[in-house]
Amino acid sequence: MSPKSLVNIGDYSKEDIYRILRAASLFKQNPNRDLLKGRVCATLFFEPSTRTRLSFETAVNRLRGRIIGFSDAATSSSTKGESLKDTIMMVSNYADIIIMRHHLEGSARYASEISPVPVINAGDGSNQHPTQTMLDLFTIYETQGTLNNLTITIVGDLKYGRAVHSLIQGLSHFNPTFNFVAPEELNIPDKYKAFCNNNNIKYREFTDFSPESINNADILYMTRVQKERFTDLMEYEKVKNVYVLHNDMLEESKENLKVLHPLPRVKEINQDVDDNPKAYYFQQAKNGMYTRQAVICDLMGIAVK
Amino acid sequence: MRKELQVAALENGTAIDHIPTAAVFNVVTLLQLQKLNNRITIGNNLKSSKMGAKGIIKVSDKYFREDEINRIALVAPNVNLNIIKNFDVVDKKKVVLPDEIIEIVRCNNPKCITNNEPMKTRFHVIDKEKVELQCHYCELKIKKEEVVLI
Repeated sequence: MSPKSLVNIGDYSKEDIYRILRAASLFKQNPNRDLLKGRVCATLFFEPSTRTRLSFETAVNRLRGRIIGFSDAATSSSTKGESLKDTIMMVSNYADIIIMRHHLEGSARYASEISPVPVINAGDGSNQHPTQTMLDLFTIYETQGTLNNLTITIVGDLKYGRAVHSLIQGLSHFNPTFNFVAPEELNIPDKYKAFCNNNNIKYREFTDFSPESINNADILYMTRVQKERFTDLMEYEKVKNVYVLHNDMLEESKENLKVLHPLPRVKEINQDVDDNPKAYYFQQAKNGMYTRQAVICDLMGIAVK
Repeated sequence: MRKELQVAALENGTAIDHIPTAAVFNVVTLLQLQKLNNRITIGNNLKSSKMGAKGIIKVSDKYFREDEINRIALVAPNVNLNIIKNFDVVDKKKVVLPDEIIEIVRCNNPKCITNNEPMKTRFHVIDKEKVELQCHYCELKIKKEEVVLI
């Protein structure tokens, strides 16, 4: 039986992931279908996130579903002190599925336990954002033809990066090898190293963004190094230009390499990379829509052919 | 010298022995003893050959269910439970840390939904030996020494 809600990428088995990716590739061939005709989807964004909300709402619109909801908690009754439970119970009276983003960690898990309709976690604080992982997996699968036995170099903020942590979890079924490239202060946390060790996942750690970390990779996953993450601003000044990708750094990279980024990008990928055919971050963002169409239909028990 | 009992003997009931002195009143709360009308004797800072000092709680005419008694495993994992009938110890029990801990522990993450919504907390015990918990909601891992009771 497929899961009732998508809260954490870890709730999905290898089979669940493959089923979503198959559906996503069908949506990529034809995203405009009548599958959600007559259905109502709620997008509850207690915390604003224009990028994610537009992706979900476009996904629903292209399937001819209708959308209710809010894009900011200021326009919801949570500012009047309504509990999350009451908001979820009320909205589930109206909608067939709830897509929610909330600043509190664990909010989506709680909502999925009390809601009679499926819940999709579109980000709960710094905890989980599983559709980001699903679209990353889809993009990797699409560009490499497989998810198995790949080398993935992840660069930037490995300490706080939610997308990074979930990606490690999501890829754990597929025998990956990781290169972790980060400044000391933003190193991959011990619990994820322990996770890799427990799952027999090979990894190497680098503090400099060297050719060695790029040239054997199939995927180069860039993330933002944010100033506010540093306790020592001197440290930030020292490293801020170290973890930046320039086009000439890709010269010796593998033919099949693709550069991904969860976006928004600031400076960590120089614009001269954008025209390189190995740059794939904008297509990756677009894949989010197909993947979200697949997740929504899967949770609503709608078959995609 | 005559050996005297430090706390009066029980005719029928449960004697909880070898409680760490710092945990005695936590045990009272976790077992909700303040709500009982039974006769209860609480001794603390008693001499113990094993522990130096210890606490004892004796509750007359009360036999706890296993899930009740396992609530105290977090604060007093090594206590002995003596089940007493007619002044005789008829059974001895150890407490066992359950797989899940509901409503007893507070999550240490201020941004966890359980600290912001009127709801029960829920933790998975991910390491029974080291006593490590993980919040079911925000997924924060909590070590034994970080545990805060509600």
